[in-house]
Amino acid sequence: MNIAVNIPDAAKPPPRIRVDLQQVADLVPAGSRVLDVGCGDGTLLAYLTRFKQVDGRGLELSMAKVRAAVSHGLPVIQGNLETDLKDYPAGAFDYVILSQTLQATHNPRAVMEELLRVGRRAIVLFPNFGHWRVRLSVMFGGRMPVTPMLSDAWFDTPNIHLCTVLDFIDLCSLMRVEIEMGFALDALGQRLGFAATGKRANLFSEQALFVLTRP
Amino acid sequence: MAPDIAPELAPLPPAQDLKLTLESPLVLQSGVTLSPVTLAYQTYGTLNAARSNCVLICHALTGDQYLAGVHPVNGKPGWWDDLVGPGKVIDTNRFFVVCSNVLGGCMGSTGPKEINPATRKPWGLEFPVITIRDMVQAQAKLLDYLGIDKLFCVMGGSMGAMQVLEWANRFPERVFAAVPIAGSYRHSAQNIAFHEVGRQAIMADPDWCHGNYLAENKIPKRGLAVARMAAHITYLSEAALHRKFGRRLQDRETLTYGFDADFQVESYLRYQGSTFVDRFDANSYLYITRAMDYFDLAQENDGILSNAFKGTRVRYCLVSFSSDWLFPTEESRAIVRALNAVAANVSFVEVESDKGHDAFLLDEPDFHQTLQGFIDGSAEICGLPSREIKG
Repeated sequence: MNIAVNIPDAAKPPPRIRVDLQQVADLVPAGSRVLDVGCGDGTLLAYLTRFKQVDGRGLELSMAKVRAAVSHGLPVIQGNLETDLKDYPAGAFDYVILSQTLQATHNPRAVMEELLRVGRRAIVLFPNFGHWRVRLSVMFGGRMPVTPMLSDAWFDTPNIHLCTVLDFIDLCSLMRVEIEMGFALDALGQRLGFAATGKRANLFSEQALFVLTRP
Repeated sequence: MAPDIAPELAPLPPAQDLKLTLESPLVLQSGVTLSPVTLAYQTYGTLNAARSNCVLICHALTGDQYLAGVHPVNGKPGWWDDLVGPGKVIDTNRFFVVCSNVLGGCMGSTGPKEINPATRKPWGLEFPVITIRDMVQAQAKLLDYLGIDKLFCVMGGSMGAMQVLEWANRFPERVFAAVPIAGSYRHSAQNIAFHEVGRQAIMADPDWCHGNYLAENKIPKRGLAVARMAAHITYLSEAALHRKFGRRLQDRETLTYGFDADFQVESYLRYQGSTFVDRFDANSYLYITRAMDYFDLAQENDGILSNAFKGTRVRYCLVSFSSDWLFPTEESRAIVRALNAVAANVSFVEVESDKGHDAFLLDEPDFHQTLQGFIDGSAEICGLPSREIKG
């Protein structure tokens, strides 16, 4: 049995993780208390634990992924973010991370409320449905878009509440949530050279990354 | 054994017969004072100089202290031999493993079959009712004697999980990591009901002699066997029984139109019952099942389970099995919720298995891998040397 190989070694230079996860990791100050909601097999959590010395926890729906994460020594539990975030006390974490998951929830607004109750800040990463490729696909193709960011056909996509960057910003203002930081990203997760909150980002960013807090 | 075996993987030495008689009496949860109290226990591996590598393993209802290596009584591998030993998940080259026969047990610890010094006869029903907390108090005294202030890890399945939770609740400062497996924070009504069936079966056997059978040179074999048969069904699952036996007939081509064991499943259960009576004391069975029934960690904490874990710094890893209907996943999940309510450090995995409650004793790779990951991760944070990865 050789299961410890994927745990990064602190003595060596940090390994490469997916660019979008790296963008998220860079926003987390060292030593924070972090909850990664929808943490998958714990790649980001392992990185944060090892290289940012965070006190990290994970919540993941897929039992297979939970097993993988716990097998790597990470404190991850199986659970559903839409029902299980309520178990945590208010302010239990400095940062709650929701990466590529908001659009797959039944009630994104309620989820956002819970993220900002449980955490002092929330980091949310989601695909932008306002990207020009999406718009062209519907306009000229006449069919639901299949793009690098949204690679599933309409009948088997988990994404039921897709939104554009501007939609997201509207929701934040409706919920009186403050956007502390925002980044427009390309499909890989690299930062684009324009503001994340404007019309340009709404047309040209494939995904968006926001740090939110309750004023 | 292969002659070219690596020295670090050499088999465990034969079991010792370790016993500790406590210097002071034990005040039980019921208020009764019990004395003298003896604990029979086993240790595996070596305690390090810092005394920081101790793993306490708590056994289940009918388990005992001989968890690894060759069992000295029946000559078979110990009940957790798959997991505990040199180079195994709970590596005795790295950890000092301690396991004691529970208070009330019948493998050398003080229990109803031992001699009551006041009467010089076996305790029988004169033995006081004991609880999970009493078992844990006695274990804590054993660790005092062994000079172990803090456990690296306490783990156990089923009734062992109850002891683990009691440990982490009573002595949080003495526990670094806790692993309750296939357990619950309280015995459910259904589980109390099954235990009651077992106890009534024992008591209905005339050879039970109102608990006095040892003095009368009898053993309530039939009652105890029926208790075991009923309990054994609860340890399996419908799928496992079907896979193992189906409706296949036992050594015959057709039904006999009688009450012999026509079906393999009947024959199997009869065998399980008959071998159990050779190794287990009927009164011990009554007392230990009672201790499980009385366990309710929520009730002990003003009805709110999370109160049991307030401010805890213990790292928890809970494991349940998908087909376990005796201690179903929901019970582990309730503990996870309570731990989340105090933002405790917790991992939780439900292992897919069709083997029912017994899965925690069996070779389940996902289970073993989960445990290995949790133990390695915790050992690293605790500053214990990491596992050598071969290959």
